[in-house]
Amino acid sequence: MTAHVLTMPITEAQVRELRCNDTVTLEHTLYGIRDATQIAMFDRGRKTRFDLHGHAVIHTAPNVRRTDFGVATPAGYAPVCVGTTTSARMERFTQPLMAQHGVRLIIGKGGLGQGSLQAFGALGGAYLAIIGGTAALETTWIEAIEDVDLDDLNPESLWKFRIRGFGPLLVAMDSYGGSLYDAVDRAARGRRDAALARLGVKPS
Amino acid sequence: MSLHVDPAAVEQIASTLYIRALKMLPPDIKQGFATLAVRETNTTAQSVLGVMVRNIAVAEATDNLLCQDTGIPIYRVTIGRDVVVDGVTLTEAIRRGCAHATRAHPLRSSVVHPLTRRNEHTSCGIGVPVIEFNYSAAFDGLRIEMIPKGSGSENMSWLKMAIPAEGADAIKRFVIDCVLDAGGKTCPPTIIGVGIGGTADLCVHLSKLAATRPLGTACSDPDGAALEVQLLAVVNELGVGPQGLGGDATAFAVHVELAATHITMNPVAVNMQCHSARRASAVLTADGVAFGY
Repeated sequence: MTAHVLTMPITEAQVRELRCNDTVTLEHTLYGIRDATQIAMFDRGRKTRFDLHGHAVIHTAPNVRRTDFGVATPAGYAPVCVGTTTSARMERFTQPLMAQHGVRLIIGKGGLGQGSLQAFGALGGAYLAIIGGTAALETTWIEAIEDVDLDDLNPESLWKFRIRGFGPLLVAMDSYGGSLYDAVDRAARGRRDAALARLGVKPS
Repeated sequence: MSLHVDPAAVEQIASTLYIRALKMLPPDIKQGFATLAVRETNTTAQSVLGVMVRNIAVAEATDNLLCQDTGIPIYRVTIGRDVVVDGVTLTEAIRRGCAHATRAHPLRSSVVHPLTRRNEHTSCGIGVPVIEFNYSAAFDGLRIEMIPKGSGSENMSWLKMAIPAEGADAIKRFVIDCVLDAGGKTCPPTIIGVGIGGTADLCVHLSKLAATRPLGTACSDPDGAALEVQLLAVVNELGVGPQGLGGDATAFAVHVELAATHITMNPVAVNMQCHSARRASAVLTADGVAFGY
């Protein structure tokens, strides 16, 4: 178990150093992305002016406050509460996000599926688990909303955050086929019949 | 003295309750964390629970929302004895309060039209906030409970119209399989709400009532209460753990709510509440307003 500090963006070689159960703390830049953002990008052909190559995206739609434009609020938004949503809904977007936009890291909660795991292996990527529901803490790692694109989808815009000490996050899926979620799921399902027996119930 | 409910007061209360619920976790849930943390044997799970507890403290210290998900707002109104109120006016006042909180704080409006996906940025829409009316002879006055129901847990909701020949075994098997299917997606540790009996819609509603009941309370039906204890012991041996990353603390509790059902029916529903098990309440009497959980 290694503790990594990664200043974004990163290279394929850097992401391939990450193994399940390592921890990662991110510095500098993080992009926020969500269901509607990716439906717009991959199903409706919307383009973003952001270059996501080598970057990390987090599954989020933040609470924000509109402000004047200033040094601390270059996009006219201040972060109010930035958290993380369940990743599984966005499973089908991992591959195009990596293949078309060069994304290296996906941050979310609850894990992603087999398609994502294959994409991490083939293209060089990893999934970093954040603790869902701990947005107040997460917000303290956000310095500013630096920019925003596709803002007609607000709050599911494509957000560019300036971050400091974002983590530690847990490497839960790596580029070598490792998935903590798969391991836990297999073990839990392996206990199903014994659990039912304790309840006096036949497995079927 | 009869309570004449002032719509302006209700609007203010509905707004305050939404923000209060999003920021302050009820004491029974905090105690639930403490109980799970003491029993946890998995080191990753201990660390995950530690971050969750730290987040509660950070939210209080920074006066921030516990979780970014402002949820689908639910208001449960209980009308006690000796209350004079116009239901239409009350409903409108709650909607205005919900929208006011969203704009004034500001909160992320998580509510969209189900087909156009249009967001009015008010946390309101057709039939939302969900506003329920109940009646009680137990007190004088009006009680409003507010629950921001997060989508991570709500997306994992199930109904099975089992049949009498499958018996109570079908209910138990269904609950275990729902917990396995949910994995980490519901943000465990959860409160697992189980609705049993009724019609299909009542069964689902019961599961939501069960999932949002305070920890430390038991089903009023003795057989339901026994099932709660039996299921919890087994659920917390599955090893799903906090966030689905493994461990003992899969659920704070299993809560069961029952209704009578048809001779041909055996319905069971499961709805879960995530670890950010937020709720807030206010009681309005002739003496004023008292806020609680």
